[in-house]
Amino acid sequence: MLKVEKVYKSFDKFLAVNGADLTVEKGQLVAVIGPNGAGKTTLFNLITGMLKPDRGRVVFNGEEISKLPPHDICRKGIARSFQIATIFPRLTVFKNVQVAVLSQQKKSRTLFRPADSMAVEETNRILADVGLLEKADDLAGALSHGDHRILEIAIALGNEPRMLILDEPTAGMSPDETSSTMTLIKRLAETRGLTILFCEHDMDVVFNTAQSIMVMHYGKTIVQGKPEDVKNNVEVQDAYLGGADA
Amino acid sequence: MQNSALNVKGLWPSLLTLVLLILFPIILPQFYVYILAVIFVTALLAMSLNLLVGFGGLFQFHHAAFYGVGAYTFALTVTKAGWPIWLCFLVSPFAAALAGFLIGWFCVRLTSLYFGMLQISLGSLLWAIAFRWYSLTKGDDGIHSIPIPGFITSKTSAYYFILFFFVICLVVMYRIYKSPFGVTLQAIRDNPARCSAVGINVRRHQLTAIVIATFFAGVAGVLFVILEQSVFPDLLFWVLSLEIFIMCLLGGWFTFTGPILGAAITVSLRTFVGIYTEYWTLILGVILILLIFFLPEGVMGFFAQKFGRGRNKSTAPAREQHAES
Repeated sequence: MLKVEKVYKSFDKFLAVNGADLTVEKGQLVAVIGPNGAGKTTLFNLITGMLKPDRGRVVFNGEEISKLPPHDICRKGIARSFQIATIFPRLTVFKNVQVAVLSQQKKSRTLFRPADSMAVEETNRILADVGLLEKADDLAGALSHGDHRILEIAIALGNEPRMLILDEPTAGMSPDETSSTMTLIKRLAETRGLTILFCEHDMDVVFNTAQSIMVMHYGKTIVQGKPEDVKNNVEVQDAYLGGADA
Repeated sequence: MQNSALNVKGLWPSLLTLVLLILFPIILPQFYVYILAVIFVTALLAMSLNLLVGFGGLFQFHHAAFYGVGAYTFALTVTKAGWPIWLCFLVSPFAAALAGFLIGWFCVRLTSLYFGMLQISLGSLLWAIAFRWYSLTKGDDGIHSIPIPGFITSKTSAYYFILFFFVICLVVMYRIYKSPFGVTLQAIRDNPARCSAVGINVRRHQLTAIVIATFFAGVAGVLFVILEQSVFPDLLFWVLSLEIFIMCLLGGWFTFTGPILGAAITVSLRTFVGIYTEYWTLILGVILILLIFFLPEGVMGFFAQKFGRGRNKSTAPAREQHAES
């Protein structure tokens, strides 16, 4: 479904992504892992068009998307959440999601109809799905950290994506919140038939959820494969897991 | 209609205010009627700016330029081109919107302060044209005694004319503010990167907002000419832009009606304190300082927080309130 081929990106001669490869099959839950600064977020930014690769290709459903602006890539069916929760703090929780739903329905530029009566059902369904319905009228900026992260995902769902990219969905969460969030993500993947690509620091979470794991180190892809294979890979153990498990 | 920012208990307060405003010329001396008309024109200008500043998060530092374009287009088409007055009236806001489009097209390529810097320079260019092109605009002298139809030459009839268009613009702006376009614009203000990630073409959206806002600034410019029957380069000067920016902050830039209040306060200060001292801006400055310390969201913003935000008031979280002094 998504194929990243030999992608490079440098900032002021620093190679943030140095020939990364990634394959995501339809319906899979794929994790990208790697130490801090390995280039995971940059890779996600390259896939979603926030950054343009210096070299290499990103292909989604057989179509090259590496040169498209973010809003066009979103229209192709890739939605994302951000590592640092980036919501719309001055809008209500409801409106946060509604903005995405309206965008999906191509109604963002409607001028003379009250937005209050539009896309209400779809928005409420998403809020109910992620468990934020009671907080629909709260200002998003006043939510707890955990709810921010959930709202992030809810906004991404507003685009009815085929593929969801989550940048550290459980960052800063308590263990309880982490496990409930991962349960939510798995459920969403099943009920909505979503393909999910995420990166995560918590190794337990990654090896328990992902069907395929890609390991990045210094911007390079070391290996991508099934969790067992990755765990047993010598290079990975040297670069990353060895240090963590020791 | 679900009203939140415009009023609290349905439409009644608005209608009552409107009736009062219609009755004012009968009970008030002519001078106050004139001041009210000035407030409407200024308020319309400030509200059009607030569409960008408060709801769009765009630092449109030199918004008065488009007010001037509207006023000058009207003055020139009436005096030089001799077009029928209704056509001049129609063309002028579009001329302002066109100027807004041309300048905005460059500005939306930049963000935050850089946007503001480019906007103020390009806007000043328009001022320079009005100031320097003597053969067309009479430069510093301005154009005076612009002929307008007899039925709006008296101050009272001009008042009604201005009130009529002010209310129409207000309703249209309110609908825009509540529309998907308006909600999306506010989302862009809060987080442009997130918006592009949900499939919104941020630049195009911002440019549309600029065109709409400059159109309304153009309407305000025309109304100014109706009221004063003259134009001069000060209408496009950056000082006026700063003044209306202050009105937005003063009234409450995250509220819909805040700029009206800001305009009313500023115009009243200028008129009534201006009688005693030419340093009335000193008082405005002191008010502004107090405002920043005690009411950072403006006067209207303070009340909106205090008494809830429309339909969300019951569940809206009580936010830190440090305005009790």
